[in-house]
Amino acid sequence: MSVTDVATTTGVVVGRIDDVPMGEGRTFVVGSEQVAVFRLRNGSLHATQAACPHAGGPLADGQSDVDVLVCPLHQYAYRWSDGTSTSGAAPIRVYPVREVEGELVVDV
Amino acid sequence: MTMTPSRAVLGARLAGTSTLHLDDDLDPRGRLVVVGNGMAGARLVEEILERGGGEQFRITIFGDEPHGNYNRIMLSPVLAGESHEDDIVLNSHDWYSDNGIDLRAGVRVERIDTAAKQVHAADGSVTGYDHLVLATGSYSWIPPMNGVRKDDGELLDGVYGFRTIDETRALLEATSRCTRAVVMGGGLLGLEAARALQGHGMQVELVHAMPWLMNAQLDAEAGAILKKSVEELGITVHLDILASEVLGGETAEGHVTGVILKDGRRLDCDLLVVAAGVRPHTDVAVRSGLEVERAIIVDDQLRTDDPDVYAIGECAQHRGSVYGLVAPAWEHAKVLADVLTGTNPHAEYHGSRTATKLKVAGVDVATMGINTPQRDEDEFLVITEPKRGVHLSVVIRDDKLVGATLLGDTRKVAFLTQAFDRGAPLPEERIRLLVDLSDGAEEVGVADMPHDSQVCNCNGVSKGDICGAVSGGCGSVGEVMDRTRAGKGCGSCKSLVKQIVEWAADGDLAEDPAASYYVPGIPMPKPELMRAIREHDLRSVSAVFAVLAPDGKDDAKSKMGLTSLLKMIWGHDYLPEKDAEFINDRVHGNIQRDGTFSVVPQMKGGVTTPAQLRRIAEVAEKYEVPMVKVTGGQRIDLLGVRKEDLPAMWNDLGMPSGYAYGKSFRTVKTCVGSDFCRFGLDDSTQLGIDLETRFQGIESPAKMKLAVVGCPRNCAEAYVKDVGVVAVGGGKWEVYIGGAAGASVRKGDLLATVEGRDAVMTLAGRFMQYYRENANWLERTYDFVPRVGLEKIKAVLLEDSEGICADLDAGIQRSIDAYTDPWGQDAEEPATPGQFRPALPLIALPKVPVR
Repeated sequence: MSVTDVATTTGVVVGRIDDVPMGEGRTFVVGSEQVAVFRLRNGSLHATQAACPHAGGPLADGQSDVDVLVCPLHQYAYRWSDGTSTSGAAPIRVYPVREVEGELVVDV
Repeated sequence: MTMTPSRAVLGARLAGTSTLHLDDDLDPRGRLVVVGNGMAGARLVEEILERGGGEQFRITIFGDEPHGNYNRIMLSPVLAGESHEDDIVLNSHDWYSDNGIDLRAGVRVERIDTAAKQVHAADGSVTGYDHLVLATGSYSWIPPMNGVRKDDGELLDGVYGFRTIDETRALLEATSRCTRAVVMGGGLLGLEAARALQGHGMQVELVHAMPWLMNAQLDAEAGAILKKSVEELGITVHLDILASEVLGGETAEGHVTGVILKDGRRLDCDLLVVAAGVRPHTDVAVRSGLEVERAIIVDDQLRTDDPDVYAIGECAQHRGSVYGLVAPAWEHAKVLADVLTGTNPHAEYHGSRTATKLKVAGVDVATMGINTPQRDEDEFLVITEPKRGVHLSVVIRDDKLVGATLLGDTRKVAFLTQAFDRGAPLPEERIRLLVDLSDGAEEVGVADMPHDSQVCNCNGVSKGDICGAVSGGCGSVGEVMDRTRAGKGCGSCKSLVKQIVEWAADGDLAEDPAASYYVPGIPMPKPELMRAIREHDLRSVSAVFAVLAPDGKDDAKSKMGLTSLLKMIWGHDYLPEKDAEFINDRVHGNIQRDGTFSVVPQMKGGVTTPAQLRRIAEVAEKYEVPMVKVTGGQRIDLLGVRKEDLPAMWNDLGMPSGYAYGKSFRTVKTCVGSDFCRFGLDDSTQLGIDLETRFQGIESPAKMKLAVVGCPRNCAEAYVKDVGVVAVGGGKWEVYIGGAAGASVRKGDLLATVEGRDAVMTLAGRFMQYYRENANWLERTYDFVPRVGLEKIKAVLLEDSEGICADLDAGIQRSIDAYTDPWGQDAEEPATPGQFRPALPLIALPKVPVR
């Protein structure tokens, strides 16, 4: 993807992919918003709101797998696919995210 | 007879609807006809539909009664006025039409022409079939008594059986005009009828032909206690006597006026309920030429001697047994549905282990299997408390529960049912099968718990929520826990959750294979998983998933447990992956509700120095720690620390981690022992420091908290620790295991009394390694020790009964050798990029109020 393509999207560069260790998540600030970006071991990227809707838990500190992200405070699990909770709790927001030449681009 | 309009209309419409279906010749589906719309027949149809049988079969079901399918077990509460008859409907007429089933309600089947494969019904209809199932149930047996029937063969007015909803309605109606009832039959139904009628204000006498009540289920002693409880309700009981004559037929009204007993006594009554047992309905089968003994003979696939005719439920006789309970009927239905739909063409039924649990005449009764010992080697334990109306007994054969009778106190029924059904291991102290010997508060039976009582305090889940999940379709304990989050907090309520789920499901629970997995994402119990990890030489969590998980799929909730296991197995040679660790282990602190962390420096044995305290004080001030707190583990906790401050704080502290965040060896509390205490028998302080030095930071299935005390006054609470050591003088120490004083309170079990410090260190290490290798993930020692059994643990650890002591000692040593202080390690350089970066950068932390 060329630089001009990036410019035509609504994406925002939040940081470098190397900022996020394999399998973990890190929080980035976009304007006045915090976005947690996750880099899974299967190579996929995911981005969510940073604080959980249940108790304000730091989602970037959670553990994840190919299906869900688990909040570290009370172990609520949220699906990457649509942000819904597996236990019926309030959903989280998910954002499209991609890598462009080593940079993380999030559509916020 | 009346029917509610909705049921009548729907029933009437059905026959017409069915003619709109494709012509018989055009419909390619097989014709399945079920004779009997009771609890067995309707359940069979449900099971068949569940297996997709609606595509395979055109289903017709004949019901003698005009109603939909109702729960016959619940007729007693209806008679007692506790339930409304609408509440006991299992499948309304709507259900049948919605599922395309041709219900012929109120149509009695006369005979089967097995040669032509046709069903002839009383309405003159002839219905062809490919498969026919007889589920005709049973009927109230009326013992021979002069005058019980009128000339036309009908029962005398005022005489009723107690088997159908129509009989129940008639009895209910009679309660408003009758005052004195005689109930014939002291079995379950008779007792329930007596209790219900008495509840309507009637004077009730009960006549039972056998020497004690409920003789089919109870032994004489239990029967006698039940009699006392029933009499206390105000019901008169006559035992060991038959009625010979029913009076009233000769009067102008032709209504019952009393009964004459064999010994000549006369009991006046205006209502007579006959509940003297049931007999299988076999008329149709007999007329159709099928083989019938006490009931219709079937093989292990419920097939009669005609290959296309089956029989299930109370009308079937399998391997000589005829059952009068609903559970076997439902088991029949499952097996036959498997066979007919081809879901499992080889499914077989091998008989039922019958267990019943009921409230009869206000008394809780549960029975299973046999009620008295039958062989010389059978163990028989009886607890009888006539004054309280309690009689409990168990029969054990070859260490398996083969029978239990609980009368007046059924708190242990869930456990016993499990042990009976699945052959679960029994406690060595057999008395624990019947009573709780824990010294704590009296345990309330799950049946008696109020609906709204909170079970999981962590996640605010009530008994009602759990029951709701079960009725909402959760078929295993694991599913209920996932749905409700019960037991997902501290986990101390798990066994209670399990009991409630078992109670609510009432035996209809799928065996949860996942219950035996070490972690949910890898379908293997721990020993198998450990073998596989070694065999495939898997040294990282991602490698374990790649090789052992279904489709190689990772699972977030399994990672922490696998990390712990791999560390234990490989020691130094484990390949760490930060993402497989919980956040606490990633940053070596305990995450708090606002996303800050707590910092607890190591303070071995709870002993500190002025210099150490000064350092802690300076660090707390420098980093504006909002709260400094002395912990229960004799250490100092700095709470509300920002993630990004952690490495610098550790540096400034210059003290090793106290591991207050991990599923690991935590701390050793000590008392001042012989150094200062005038009662101290030995140097508990030094032994505590030595233990902590040796075992610091060792990961384990759940946290391990230890204590050492210098005398049995137990000032540092060693009796309630995972491993507790108590000085008893003369250089001897008692070693206790499996104690707890957290969400669960349990006094530890005495493993051994040993001589000298070194022996304590060896034995403690050996036990902890045995626990590490054999406990389930998050299973604390207070669950592990009773599960495995103290005697077994003693044999393994003290007598080396399995020849593994040397391996255990080597295993723990491998972990001791692999110990490094995580604070010293990561303070130098982060393990991963951004290891200590804030996860909520825009939120000002800490949010904890400063005290």
